[in-house]
Amino acid sequence: MTNITTTYLGLPLRSPLVASASPLSDSIENIRRFEDSGVGAVVLPSLFEEQLELESYAVHADLSRGAESTPESLNYFPNLHNYNLGPDAYLELIHKAKQSVSIPVIGSLNGVSVGGWTRYAKLIEQAGAAALELNIYDIVTDTHDKGSRVEENYCELVRHIKRSIGIPVAVKISPFFTAMANVAKQLDGAGADGLVLFNRFYQPDIDIDALEIVPSLTLSQSPELRLRLHWVAILYGNVAANMAVTGGVHTGHDILKAMMAGAHVAMMTSAFFQNGIRHANVALHEMTRWMEEHEYESVGQMRGSMSRRSVPNPSAFDRANYLRVLSSYTQSPWRSASGIAKTE
Amino acid sequence: MKRSSVIVDGNEAVADVAYRLNEVIAIYPITPSSPMGEWSDQWQQERRPNIWGAIPTVVEMQSEGGAAGALHGALQAGALATTFTASQGLLLMIPNMYKIAGELTPAVIHVAARTVAAHALSIFGDHSDVMAARATGFALLCSSSVQEASDFALIAQAAALESRIPFLHFFDGFRTSHELNQITPLSDDDLRSLIDETQVRKHRHRGLSPDHPVLRGTAQNPDVFFQAREASNPSYRACPTVVHDIMNRFADRLGRSYKLFDYVGAADADRIIVMMGSGVGAVEETIEHLQRRGEKVGLLKVRLFLPFAVDAFLDAIPKNVSGIAVLDRTKEPGSIGEPLYLDVVAAFHETRTMTEHWPRIIGGRYGLSSKEFTPAMAKSVLDELKSPAPQNHFTVGIRDDVTHTSLVYDPEFSTEDPTTVRAVFYGLGSDGTVGANKNSIKIIGKRANTYAQGYFVYDSKKAGSITVSHLRFGPRPIRSSYLISKASFVACHQFQFLERMDVLKAADLGATFLLNAPFSSAEVWNHLPKPVQEEILRKKLDLYVIDAYKAAREAGLGNRINTIMQTCFFAISGVLPREEAIVAIKDAIRDTYGKRGEAVVAKNFAAVDQALGHLQHVSVPERASSSLPILPPVSHQAPEFVRNVLGAMIAGQGDSLPVSAMPIDGTFLTGTGKWEKRNIAQEIPVWDEDLCIQCGKCVMVCPHAVIRAKVYDSARLADAPSTFKSAKPRWRELESLRYTLQVSPEDCTGCQLCVEVCPVKSKSEAKHKAINMTPQEPLRKPESSNWDFFVALPDFDRQRLAHTHVKDVQLLEPLFEFSGACAGCGETPYIKLLTQLFGDRLLIANATGCSSIYGGNLPTTPYTTNQQGRGPAWSNSLFEDNAEFGLGMRLAADKQAEYARILLTRQASLFGDALVQALLAADQSSEAGIAAQRERVGELKQKLASLDSPDARDLLALAESLVRKSVWLVGGDGWAYDIGAGGLDHVLGTGTNVNVLVLDTEVYSNTGGQASKATPRAAVAKYATGGKRTVKKDLALEAISYGSVYVARVAMGGNDTQTVRAFIEAEAYDGPSLIIAYSHCIAHGYDMTFGMEQQKAAVLSGYWPLMRYDPALRLQGKNPFQLDSRAPSIPFQKYAYQEARYSTLARSDPEVARELLALAQGDIDRQWKVYSNHAETTETPSHAHPEPVASAQETSQEGETK
Repeated sequence: MTNITTTYLGLPLRSPLVASASPLSDSIENIRRFEDSGVGAVVLPSLFEEQLELESYAVHADLSRGAESTPESLNYFPNLHNYNLGPDAYLELIHKAKQSVSIPVIGSLNGVSVGGWTRYAKLIEQAGAAALELNIYDIVTDTHDKGSRVEENYCELVRHIKRSIGIPVAVKISPFFTAMANVAKQLDGAGADGLVLFNRFYQPDIDIDALEIVPSLTLSQSPELRLRLHWVAILYGNVAANMAVTGGVHTGHDILKAMMAGAHVAMMTSAFFQNGIRHANVALHEMTRWMEEHEYESVGQMRGSMSRRSVPNPSAFDRANYLRVLSSYTQSPWRSASGIAKTE
Repeated sequence: MKRSSVIVDGNEAVADVAYRLNEVIAIYPITPSSPMGEWSDQWQQERRPNIWGAIPTVVEMQSEGGAAGALHGALQAGALATTFTASQGLLLMIPNMYKIAGELTPAVIHVAARTVAAHALSIFGDHSDVMAARATGFALLCSSSVQEASDFALIAQAAALESRIPFLHFFDGFRTSHELNQITPLSDDDLRSLIDETQVRKHRHRGLSPDHPVLRGTAQNPDVFFQAREASNPSYRACPTVVHDIMNRFADRLGRSYKLFDYVGAADADRIIVMMGSGVGAVEETIEHLQRRGEKVGLLKVRLFLPFAVDAFLDAIPKNVSGIAVLDRTKEPGSIGEPLYLDVVAAFHETRTMTEHWPRIIGGRYGLSSKEFTPAMAKSVLDELKSPAPQNHFTVGIRDDVTHTSLVYDPEFSTEDPTTVRAVFYGLGSDGTVGANKNSIKIIGKRANTYAQGYFVYDSKKAGSITVSHLRFGPRPIRSSYLISKASFVACHQFQFLERMDVLKAADLGATFLLNAPFSSAEVWNHLPKPVQEEILRKKLDLYVIDAYKAAREAGLGNRINTIMQTCFFAISGVLPREEAIVAIKDAIRDTYGKRGEAVVAKNFAAVDQALGHLQHVSVPERASSSLPILPPVSHQAPEFVRNVLGAMIAGQGDSLPVSAMPIDGTFLTGTGKWEKRNIAQEIPVWDEDLCIQCGKCVMVCPHAVIRAKVYDSARLADAPSTFKSAKPRWRELESLRYTLQVSPEDCTGCQLCVEVCPVKSKSEAKHKAINMTPQEPLRKPESSNWDFFVALPDFDRQRLAHTHVKDVQLLEPLFEFSGACAGCGETPYIKLLTQLFGDRLLIANATGCSSIYGGNLPTTPYTTNQQGRGPAWSNSLFEDNAEFGLGMRLAADKQAEYARILLTRQASLFGDALVQALLAADQSSEAGIAAQRERVGELKQKLASLDSPDARDLLALAESLVRKSVWLVGGDGWAYDIGAGGLDHVLGTGTNVNVLVLDTEVYSNTGGQASKATPRAAVAKYATGGKRTVKKDLALEAISYGSVYVARVAMGGNDTQTVRAFIEAEAYDGPSLIIAYSHCIAHGYDMTFGMEQQKAAVLSGYWPLMRYDPALRLQGKNPFQLDSRAPSIPFQKYAYQEARYSTLARSDPEVARELLALAQGDIDRQWKVYSNHAETTETPSHAHPEPVASAQETSQEGETK
């Protein structure tokens, strides 16, 4: 019997496939469906501190507009019993999810202030989350901000939160660092129990007719997996933190690649949006069948087997790979992208 | 047992008792009683039980008539039932009140007494409404303070049950209904102790039931009706005793003693006042003050007015009284005297013989429409009684220089308690001053042995309205039922007020003056107008200054300076120790804003912490040095009436106007809005003439008509101010002329609708449009000059314009300008368009509501005239009858035209056949045709001027009626869908050529957003707190069912061209027309800057399909039903959840919101099928479909002159 169990952040998981933070895990019904479909854990959607603030201001503005201005209408809205503007609904989701499923439920938090991060991290822990994923979704637009300061801030944040709560903490980051490996090492040193690679950003588009910026988020594609595999493979063995691959995980084979590169889990979202939650079953079945066919005993057996330190020619992960891809491309201009992949 | 106290207003105090004592509550919004219904609806939603443990059923009806009917029915079926109302609402209940009383049915109607509209509507308080109901058979019980309003709500209910006489419990609108004061609330046990359960059971048993059937509501003939009418006499005779006993039981339990007539003052008084209502507070203070001076005076407070207990009344009057002044807060023109006076006289007459000594009894009127009634006025009444020949039927509080009824009083006379802190705050509605002051009252009133009172005065504008808060705090109960005139603390929260109004008038000697100013303590003195400096010096005021806007910005609060100013008030008024005050302010912030999220609370906390750092004390110099004047309220160029009368009102000095200043019949000038320069916009739009494509959309959407366009001869520019802009017109054949888009800087409200709708963006900087918001202050002077120059330019020839083109419509002069509507109002662009298209021959019947307030609330009106002196003639009758009112206008216009034609025919030989035939056969279907007819009428009038026969004189008087008039019935959805629905339906059914414009905001906007039948499913509204469960009524389909009514659904933001076309087609259609216009509203809960965007989303989602139904097309063999919008392309949710009316439900009750949202989406899908079926299949084969009107975007570039 093939053993597909794994551990992540010290939590035993029945499978290495994790539902990553997305609106799909926003209801108890879906979280139950995830459990039924075989995922090892569920990450809840991110609690955005900034969003809570903005919503609070917006409701305040909406309810205040025009109030106490004319004698006939001192306000324009009835006084409702609750506007659910705090983190209560989110904490309730964690609480209910923990009661409803046996797989670990991981909270996710995006904050803007150290005070906010810590306060909400504690609340998420108290609500019963098995672990916390810090979703560092920060676009540094200030031209005076230096990379070193940004990196130090992240590490300080991780140290701060680790001191504040007892559950494991994973950090989800973007790939856009000059020295990605060093950043990972710093976060590892700051106490992160896990590194989630990588965040995908909302990327604004331009409507050339309306001359407007249009926010958009496209679903991930399988090719995006390679960036993740690349960095997991490089970091494997260099950081103590568990690694999770997120972005581009669509199939059972993708999960296998993540494991081989060195990840403890592979996180999936877009494929669920495209195929439904039951797609977890399909992917896990494909993974298991491949393992059986290739007589793998366990996931642990393959973890890191294709990492930079485990492959015979680690230069494939270095600059040489770039040159090789380019040269093969120029030599075979008629080949499709998939053809190129096959030749690698 | 020590009882806790609470701070509430009269409405909440009454609703709190009425709700717990009833099972069925029928409600309908009307100022100032609406909040009683709002509280009931909210408590029902919160599942608050009554004293029997059941949750009352609260049902909103379509009118007060409906509420009274529902009340009657509920009572007949044995339920305990109530309703709340005021003014015209009470008048609509009168027929049912006769029935309820005639059937001896115990119930209480709680009335926030309000003026009944006569020469004018007034939302304020007097007793004209309850006095109009005194013949119904209801007992009339009057409470005169917030505490009494709570207590009498219970006493009335108990007395009704025991006497079987229904009670009308009333208290003064606004003065009591909206005054915050400290009361000891009644517990459930208090209520239970007074309510006799046996009587409750008897009432239930009397209820109609098939288990013990009876017949009630019979018709009776002359043989017995009279006797039966007298049969209830014993109940009326017993009623005062019942009330007396209940008041005693109440006193035993609660310790507050009331009598049918409560006397206060000297036991040996020689002069007394008899009155009821909130004015007793002012009189009581006066009595005490005069008694301390040794005067023998007293006050008799009337509690139970009807049934009038003559014996109890006479017993309560001291025996030595030689003079009685009866004060009535109502006017009954033509009567010998007002009702209370007459009853007092009758009481004496009935019980004393002519030989006995009678006191001298005089009667007078005071306080109509919440006119101030002060101790000074009370003293003048008592002084009058000293006179050897006191004036009877006097007035007090006004200066009557016409019939000389008014008593003279000394405004300096004051009875203010020296231990009371009196504070007056001047603020803007939008700056949160009133809200903060309400919190301050609650903060202070919570302290032991401290009493607090708050009363708030608002002006009549919805945008940029000025608020004045009057707060009293002290160690003794506060009953001063009048505004503060000697304040120990004055705060001016808006620096610009200083140059326009006398904010220090109310400041007492040595008062503290807190000023929000953009200046430091060192700079501020030199920026004060000279009269302000002089008053500060004369009254030795202690001046503090703070730049509250800067502090608010730093705290992230935008323009909300309330928390900052409130902190400063506590810091320098010394009402509370500073540290204690700060803790209390923060507690209040959490109470008020806690539900709105931690972030809002945190920001306000930060504002509290930072406020004092900005507060500075000002060392006042020894003499006034300023040369700045206080500006006149209106320009010196304004007509005399505007300067002297309306100007005084604008300056807040309307109370000083004498009777002779007023028209005798409520008729006022139009064209006055332009004189009231309010300067409320911080930023105004500025035109980029190079970028502009002259599409006219900004002109179209501007709710205040402050952005306008003209095309004119370039030679005119020779005299233009240096900064006046112009561009080459983008119309074919007009290239040789000039085009200008001009903004009126002092009338703009800064709503930004124009900028949002502007379709042009700079190719090099997308945020730069053809109009852009820019700070107003530096532009005020030059742009005012430009505006004046622009206005004087001649209007473009209307006949050369294509009136169906938005681009051309911008050149039509609006005859509706600068209204006091909310900034960014969604209604006013439609009214403005109406006046652009038909204004010079327009009659408007306007239902009561927002449009009648911004249209007709003094001091000024937005309706105006063109250069020929023609413009809309406007009137408001009632809320419920507007369709009928407008129909009457149409009938009159038609009848006059018909008689003019008869006269013309009869005298044809005098005018020449050609002229007469041309006049009679004129084709007035076009602008040119109407202009030609006007010329002919002018010619006719010239000829008539020299004729002198009765027919000629008649024809001269009626000649203008030969020009076609356009009659429009304008109103909101509350009118058209609810209270006026029957009349509207009937008028549409008459086939008469009237045009109806329904400004559909989907709620009762004017009274604060109560649900109407136009409120969409899934939206939250007052009276639909849990979200409206039922679908919006399809008024369009109702009207279409006649087949003979022109019907259009329009949304200017969805398709402005379709809107314009619908207006023109409706007017042209020779029969009834109905336009239902989607009007975004502040009650929808979003920034109205995006009003037009939301309108577009409403159309795109299919929620608001655009359509026109033109019966005239049927004659052409075409389908009259034209669908002008495309199939839904976005989900309803995407449109709806931009608005708080939907999104707050999703937050508050997500499951219900989801369910209702799904149903609402289903409604839209179904509606679309119905509409598209109509468009496809109804009445005509598909090949005859007319083309839909191209969308706004598709037509934005068009625009050719004809």
